[in-house]
Amino acid sequence: MNNSIALKSILTKEIQRFTRIWVQTLVPPAITISLYFVIFGSLIGSRIGEMGGFDYMSFIVPGLIMMSVITNSYSNVASSFFSAKWQRNVEEMLVAPVPNWVIVAGYVGGGMCRGILVGLIVTIVSLFFVDIQLHNIWVIIATVSLTSATFALGGLINAIFAGSFDDISIIPTFLLTPLTYLGGVFYSISLLPEFWQGVSQINPIVYMVNAFRYGFLGISDVSLVTAFAVIGFFIVTLFTIAMVLISKGIGLRS
Amino acid sequence: MTYALEISALAKTYKGGFQALKGIDLTVKQGDFFALLGPNGAGKSTSIGVITSLVNKTAGQVKIFGYDIDTDLEKAKSYIGLVPQEFNFSQFEPLVNILVNQAGYYGVSKTVALQRAEKYLKQLELWDKRDEPARALSGGMKRRLMIARALMHEPKMLILDEPTAGVDIELRRSMWDFLRELNEQGITIILTTHYLEEAEMLCRNIAIIDGGEIVEDTSMKKLLAQLDVETFVFDLKPNLSLAVLTEFSAKSHAIAYRVVDDHTLEVDLNKSQNLNQVFEQLSAANIDVISMRNKSNRLEALFVSLINKKSNITQAKSESAVVGAN
Repeated sequence: MNNSIALKSILTKEIQRFTRIWVQTLVPPAITISLYFVIFGSLIGSRIGEMGGFDYMSFIVPGLIMMSVITNSYSNVASSFFSAKWQRNVEEMLVAPVPNWVIVAGYVGGGMCRGILVGLIVTIVSLFFVDIQLHNIWVIIATVSLTSATFALGGLINAIFAGSFDDISIIPTFLLTPLTYLGGVFYSISLLPEFWQGVSQINPIVYMVNAFRYGFLGISDVSLVTAFAVIGFFIVTLFTIAMVLISKGIGLRS
Repeated sequence: MTYALEISALAKTYKGGFQALKGIDLTVKQGDFFALLGPNGAGKSTSIGVITSLVNKTAGQVKIFGYDIDTDLEKAKSYIGLVPQEFNFSQFEPLVNILVNQAGYYGVSKTVALQRAEKYLKQLELWDKRDEPARALSGGMKRRLMIARALMHEPKMLILDEPTAGVDIELRRSMWDFLRELNEQGITIILTTHYLEEAEMLCRNIAIIDGGEIVEDTSMKKLLAQLDVETFVFDLKPNLSLAVLTEFSAKSHAIAYRVVDDHTLEVDLNKSQNLNQVFEQLSAANIDVISMRNKSNRLEALFVSLINKKSNITQAKSESAVVGAN
């Protein structure tokens, strides 16, 4: 059995899905990000002054890009896998000799593709508002890839457990959005009181946003090694959980 | 001999405690056209679910062409093509994409998959719809799409769970022809259906499942040979009065006639009697027959009697248990 063909099939199907509905998947992030730039960058940002040695607009760009990557990687897999469950076409894969890791890799790959594509779109839009610096392209590529993989895995686990469409919006609304907004997208955590700085350190998005920001601006509230260790930990943990759930057929087999 | 399907002591109890399968044993020979019949909730779909790994079994063993689903699941899966009872494809994808993706899950390259998609879509008269999303298809077309999808990896065994449900007669017959051709090519076919005529016309062997147990597992010929009495309906030329027919039926005949109306007679024939005797008697009485037919499908009569027999046994057991408890 050629697993690479099976992987390519799932990946192709996933990419075809989100490009087929591009008005719902690729356009909204560009509009949202433009509004962020206009409001937080031009209108409010000009009154804030510098942050971390950079003007506010330049400071928030990496966080805004990362926010789009996180949201889109997560929601792509959550909605696609849940739709496959709901329409029962997930059975197409379950009856076939597709190893579980290929199913996980295919869906996560699809989520990563959308997350990174949206990240690129948002980056291009941000060029209309600010000059983007590049400090270390490899850190940018590694961070965006690993972060999108992390949240695509999260979206997959959410979809496995979900019993209705409501269930795939609860986690993004009540967990993902607060963690993202409190993850240092709009501010440096060094501005927070010591207690809240400590609390912020249990938020994994802080590490992702700061590592990503380091790639652009060369500044970070956390060390790069710690950031990649945290992201690596989450990827391994979430991948293991996803594999166990699919192997046991939780939410998939009766 | 390696069987296409070998099931032993297969049991499935769902979370709520419902025992869908109570340790069934079943074998299907390679190249067979096999019917799995049973009333609603008998355990047909659960059996198919376990065989195709969509349902986790509670106990027992399932082998597909000698490969145990517990130890060689991926190998076992590669031999099976499944046409499920309910539509389970993405409604938004074009037909060609559905087929090519499905082939890809079995490791079939895109080039080969596109050739096969063309072949099966043409055979099943769906080629004109190849670029349309699946939701645009009619019910019958969707059923045919699922057959095409199940064949994309050229399986050695095709399992069809009520494939002609809701399909009109003309289309059903063309699907029968298609399935017969596949079987002649050597593909083992397992069919569940509510149309007993379908099972009788297509299948060589049959198992009847009821209440999670196999109540009959035999060849179609042997099963039909169990039929003791068959009822035939004779449509008569309407040139006789009801009184004449009543008088004819009242005469002492070895054959039991029932008068339905002034142009219809029903006759119950047991195994020792034959239709020649009936025609001789009717002819002697100057009764002209226009046409003749079976009153009900032969298999249907047997099916009902087997299921009834089983429910009577179950009822008797529970009654004796109640008496014992008292």
